[in-house]
Amino acid sequence: MTEAASLRPLESPWHARLRLWRRSLAANWELFKESKIGLIGLFIIAFFGLLSISHPILMATVWDRQVYDPVHGFDWEVIKAGGQNPAPPSLRHLLGTDPWGRDVFSQLAYSARTEFFLGVMAALITVIIGTFVAAISAYYGGFVDTFFMRTADVMIMFPPIAFLILLSAIFPLSLWSFVLVLGVLYGFGTITIVLKSQALSIQVKPFIEAAKVSGGSSLHVIFSHIIPNLLPLSFLYMMFNVTNAIFSEAVLSFFGVINVNMSWGLMVQMAYEAGYLTGAGITQAWWLFFPASLSITALCAAFYFVGRGLDEIVNPRLRKI
Amino acid sequence: MALLEVRHLTLHYRTKRGEVNAVDNVSFTLERGEALGIVGESGCGKTTLALAIMRLLPENAYLEGQIFFKERDLLALPEEEMRRVRWKGISMIFQAAMNSLDPVYRVGEQIVEAMRTHEPTISPEAARERVAELFQLVGMSPDLIDRYPHEMSGGMRQRAVIAMALASNPDVIIADEPTTALDVIVQDRILAQLDEIRKRLDMSVIYISHDVGVIAEVSDRVGVMYAGKLVEIGPTAAIFKSPHHPYTAALMSAFPRLHGEKQELLIVPGEPPNLLSPPPGCRFHPRCPYATELCQKQEPLLEPFESTHLAACWHPLLQKRETLRARAG
Amino acid sequence: MAVKVAAETLLRVENLAKLFPVQKGLFRRAREFIHAVDGVSFEIRPQETLGLVGESGCGKTTTGKLLVRLLKPTSGHIYLNGKDIAQLEGRELKQFHRTVQMIFQDPYGSLNPRHTIFQIVSEPLKVQGIGTVLEREARVAQMLELVGLSPAESFLFRYPHELSGGQRQRVAIARAMIINPSFIVADEPTSMLDVSIRTGVMKLMRDLQKEFGISYLYITHDLAVARYMCDRIAVMYLGKIVELGPTEAVIQNPLHPYTKALISAVPVPDPERGRPPVALKGEVPSLADPPPRCRFYDRCPIATEYCRTHDHPPLEEKAGRHVACYEA
Repeated sequence: MTEAASLRPLESPWHARLRLWRRSLAANWELFKESKIGLIGLFIIAFFGLLSISHPILMATVWDRQVYDPVHGFDWEVIKAGGQNPAPPSLRHLLGTDPWGRDVFSQLAYSARTEFFLGVMAALITVIIGTFVAAISAYYGGFVDTFFMRTADVMIMFPPIAFLILLSAIFPLSLWSFVLVLGVLYGFGTITIVLKSQALSIQVKPFIEAAKVSGGSSLHVIFSHIIPNLLPLSFLYMMFNVTNAIFSEAVLSFFGVINVNMSWGLMVQMAYEAGYLTGAGITQAWWLFFPASLSITALCAAFYFVGRGLDEIVNPRLRKI
Repeated sequence: MALLEVRHLTLHYRTKRGEVNAVDNVSFTLERGEALGIVGESGCGKTTLALAIMRLLPENAYLEGQIFFKERDLLALPEEEMRRVRWKGISMIFQAAMNSLDPVYRVGEQIVEAMRTHEPTISPEAARERVAELFQLVGMSPDLIDRYPHEMSGGMRQRAVIAMALASNPDVIIADEPTTALDVIVQDRILAQLDEIRKRLDMSVIYISHDVGVIAEVSDRVGVMYAGKLVEIGPTAAIFKSPHHPYTAALMSAFPRLHGEKQELLIVPGEPPNLLSPPPGCRFHPRCPYATELCQKQEPLLEPFESTHLAACWHPLLQKRETLRARAG
Repeated sequence: MAVKVAAETLLRVENLAKLFPVQKGLFRRAREFIHAVDGVSFEIRPQETLGLVGESGCGKTTTGKLLVRLLKPTSGHIYLNGKDIAQLEGRELKQFHRTVQMIFQDPYGSLNPRHTIFQIVSEPLKVQGIGTVLEREARVAQMLELVGLSPAESFLFRYPHELSGGQRQRVAIARAMIINPSFIVADEPTSMLDVSIRTGVMKLMRDLQKEFGISYLYITHDLAVARYMCDRIAVMYLGKIVELGPTEAVIQNPLHPYTKALISAVPVPDPERGRPPVALKGEVPSLADPPPRCRFYDRCPIATEYCRTHDHPPLEEKAGRHVACYEA
């Protein structure tokens, strides 16, 4: 072998990996930028991100805890000025107050954080489970495969919301347990079937055989070859699952079966309970349900849009020349 | 005038990364009953050339030049007329076409369907009879008409595709890599059959292939393409006996031979250029052992050496190809 | 069973067979078997290239995969340096994988698109736990220079899609060479490359063979390529070797009617030279449960009643070569 080659200084693999990662991020951004719908989604997500950050900042600086706490707050000023709750939007209360005198904007901003947390966490759990299950059942086949695929069939037939309502009757659902149950339920569902079919097509590629000829173990093949090639699709599905989780939470909060301080779904539910969502009440206090339901729709749509934008990167077949 | 004449055909693809000059100033003629071979490596533009003649190009393709077929310029025809040309005039056997048969329909039905789409007056019975004839023509038993594609071997499916191309009795058939995915023994038989049909029906065929051997056996004349350009064209015997363009000579010396004495294979340095930014002057100059400053600066044009043998080279090989080997070292 | 292995044999295959069950209907019990490789025996000497030639579906790729133990043989023995590796498992199998490698046909599919060239080429070292990351990097760089990807540092951290087909196949060759194997199965390594690039890759493989003293099993459908790469050729038909001998002898003077047909079917790139017509009937029959007669009987131009009533002829030495034919 040539001595010269070993004498030349080489870039260390870790440094190179960082450089490549940055470069691929830039390249993917170039592709993502092309998708208008994806950019719109990203913009909406950024807006809600700012909204959720604004809450603790305003709480610590401008807002009086007594008045603006989303759960316990009460503003005497409204009563003193001769008004009554729910009060319409004003400079002091940007989105008015609810029937119990609490600030609606504060509730909306506070809930945004909750929505992000539960959406992303539930989706992350779903995708991690889905990716592993898909890779394992594609690789091993046979009984393992049959077991997970039949489980997925059951999960698909199974209405998760009905199940969660049933579950909440047995023990109170906190936000954490809701996220966990939802994540796990979806993790064994449709996503495993989609990811498994992708894993199967990866698994027949000659680079898998090349890894085996080198003496690579099953774990090496799964973790070093199958899963990295599954990840782009997993990430795409994660976006769609965030939408799913936020929507499910809204529905369940509306039914009042989740133990959560404040959320958009709960806001709509409270408006309903107080009679402002039915009959003549609906015209009286739009600020009680409209901002919350619009937020649910917008954030769900935003994650879906980002997913669509990522689709262009993940599925090069859709790419325009 | 020739049956088909391509004049100064240039084709660009506009892509995000720039213009791809896939076919550049290509001219050739095809006479009735003639077999023309187009040989070149992948990405040299040979398939694109065929698709341009058929006017089957994606939206981002831009064409210049003329293609005269029976004295009409195909590029000026309205789409409706062109559709008729694609059926009665020129038909094409696509690369890997044997895998393009619809798996849910019987093979015979698919050919009948194609015939009745273009000629609604023909009765289903008459069409079926014609398919039976075509099957016999390509060397298949008419009993196979009612088979599904998956019930046939690759060779039989390829024959069925050829039968479909012959269904309209076209003047010209363009066969793009007609036997590439097939084993040699099946390839041998299909090529022989295609050649026999051509002679019997007095058709013209354009064979497109990367395989120098296949082209040598089936064509009367051969055109050699490199990086979007036609670099040499002439009678098969002349091209193979004394190629004038160094690329043609290199292609032949790099092609391993099974028959005759074993010869060392020539190694061509480098790789074909990226058509987004082809080299200036002669596109082969970075890989050519004869290249001079002239080749880098000015593009050589196709010039006749003997009456029908043309090459585009500033320093053509006029003796035997052994000289190339000596120079390439 | 102690088997004496001649000193000049690196790899010896005895009666190797691989059957794949055909699953039919609801009942999972396989009634029929595909005889992909059916009693194959041959030897490969050190630094020798043995060509395995045949049409698609003849079992040549399966044979290759059996030799590197991507597949487990149904029966038979594979002796590498005198040790039977046919049924190895676990740790011993991993140890065995240090001595063999495989090069695949498809330069696009054989490299993981999400790995860098460094990750791809260093994989065998990593899997076998050889060297530290920085040591591996230096070794990969040397190997890249050796296979003609120079300067190495400009290739180390690129992805396969940034390379041309010829360059990718050189990466695949570098990966195969990096753990210094004594034996490499090359499965059609040049069939997807263009003519002008193919020659360079073929020459590289021969040069590396000399430098490292490697033996190749070179699988190809193209007899002309086999002629340039191989010292000896084995011709396979329906899971059996029908002829085996020194390359030039087999090509200049084939003994088996199938080899004859195969050679005369290859187009001649010389318009002045004719070739004899191919004397062969029908198409390749199914591999599922073949009847007990010569596998080539249905297509053979010289078959007799004897060929129909007797099982497939054994590979016997005739005129200094091995042929499996009653009539040759």
